[in-house]
Amino acid sequence: MTASSSQLAITAAGLRKSFGDKVVLDGIDLEVAEGTIFALLGPNGAGKTTTVQILSTLTSPDGGEVRVAGHDLAREPDAVRSAIGVTGQFSAVDNLLTGEENLLLMADLYHLDRREGRRRTADLLERFDLVEAARKTPATYSGGMQRRLDLAMTLVGDPSIIFLDEPTAGLDPSGRRTTWEIVRGLVAGGATILLTTQYLEEADELADRIALLDQGKLVAEGTPEELKRRIPGGHIRLQFTDADGLDTAVRTLGEVVRDDEALTLQIPSDGSVDALRALIDRLDDAHIKVDGLSVHTPDLDDVFFALTGQPKEEEAL
Amino acid sequence: MSARSYAVRDSVTMLRRNLRHALRYPTLTLTSLLIPVLILLLFVGVYGGTLGAGIGGPNGSTSYIAFVAPAIILMAATSGSVSTAVSVALDMSEGIINRFRTMAIARASVLTGHVVGSVIQTLISIGLLIGVAVLMGFRPDADPVEWVAAIGLLTLVTLALTWLSAGAGMSAKSVESASNLPTPVVLLPLISSGFVPTESMPAGVAWFAEHQPFTPIIETLRGLLTGTPIGNDAVVALAWCVVLTLAGYLWARSAFNRDPAPSRPRTLARV
Repeated sequence: MTASSSQLAITAAGLRKSFGDKVVLDGIDLEVAEGTIFALLGPNGAGKTTTVQILSTLTSPDGGEVRVAGHDLAREPDAVRSAIGVTGQFSAVDNLLTGEENLLLMADLYHLDRREGRRRTADLLERFDLVEAARKTPATYSGGMQRRLDLAMTLVGDPSIIFLDEPTAGLDPSGRRTTWEIVRGLVAGGATILLTTQYLEEADELADRIALLDQGKLVAEGTPEELKRRIPGGHIRLQFTDADGLDTAVRTLGEVVRDDEALTLQIPSDGSVDALRALIDRLDDAHIKVDGLSVHTPDLDDVFFALTGQPKEEEAL
Repeated sequence: MSARSYAVRDSVTMLRRNLRHALRYPTLTLTSLLIPVLILLLFVGVYGGTLGAGIGGPNGSTSYIAFVAPAIILMAATSGSVSTAVSVALDMSEGIINRFRTMAIARASVLTGHVVGSVIQTLISIGLLIGVAVLMGFRPDADPVEWVAAIGLLTLVTLALTWLSAGAGMSAKSVESASNLPTPVVLLPLISSGFVPTESMPAGVAWFAEHQPFTPIIETLRGLLTGTPIGNDAVVALAWCVVLTLAGYLWARSAFNRDPAPSRPRTLARV
């Protein structure tokens, strides 16, 4: 094993999968470094879930080489399984057992001794804010609580590589924030995370690297910054009260998109705090009075339009 | 590290899980006991007089219960197979099964846990049914050795039927179809030597009744419990148990090891 491959938690080369005559994955290459968050970004039907199912040994690929945690997926599936934890897109909890029993079941299946199992269960219930619900069945839980239990079950075995398939789909904004915090905490603890998402914002917020998946192919891969640089559409929009202000601003700022009727300017920008501060400083220095300011960040539609030349609605068909 | 060395431990864990399900939601088990109890009441309490006279017993329903009880005890096992198929199919539709598939556990433990759990439940049903039969006047004359043999045979039959229904539950596309698949097995004891002697049946039906697996099983059970001649029925019964167990086991295993269907989150509509 070479030095570089030992630092890679996941490698996949030429991954292919079809269901019947529908090609779901058409030659995917992935490299995920240890201790990082990797986001697979794409619309419904792009192949994200299938990728996760293959990497987590749930489905066998039709072709391609995969190594997870240093083990060949096809030859040593059990070695892969003992290194990974998976939280799928739909609930993987036992609905007839209580939350606590679910965690203890996992502890038994991870072959922990009784005391260690109880300790981790108590710890996870505390950490995921499920202490009060511990003796109730998941049927009585809110969506966010079910997700947290699901994730807690994945963590009982202390996996070094964690797959999260759309971990925030269907969660409210606060549930989403909570999940993000948990994900960051896991990576801080040394885990490697591969997650899928439909939201550029989420990938941007969490991931060290993002791969954009479309119709079973990777259309782009890179750091969030690299990707966003390839995407037009991010801009700051300035609103002025009169044409004079607009004119002065155009002279000061240079290359902008100008709308004389609406008295607005669009300045290309990634919308970051630094970019905003720089812009406001320049406006202040030139004593330009701005009536309103709004930040427009590119969304998945922009990304898809930019990288595939088609809006994603058509892609999903 | 190897999953194999944990096979027993994982199976015990899964068994505990299934028994906990059964204890917490006992409806399925109780329903499967209800049918043989009703049949017992019907065939002994209602038809017993005529049927008992028909098989040439000296005093109607009293001698008929001795004749029919082994068949109805067996029906406790066959109707238990419906609840096995349903609970396996229900469990397979749960997301947690996919979680199990991604864990380094002995794969077979999911199946073993179900099968052993169902066998235990069905044996309890059988025990309860024997109790009801005794209350209704069934007086087995078996000695302890014969009781052990009878319980052993019932355990083997239950094991065979449970593996078959686990296979049915694994391969059923829905819980509804899982509950229908074991129907032939449930009805089969009705066309055997269990309720009336096969000689009294029309020729074709009699041939079928004599060659289907439940007849030698019932004859052996009847011999052990009430002292009728067994002959080579015991050997044939054991052979059937082995064959059916093996077939059910292979069926269930191949159905479980199949790739799960291209999954869609159940919460979202198809694109």
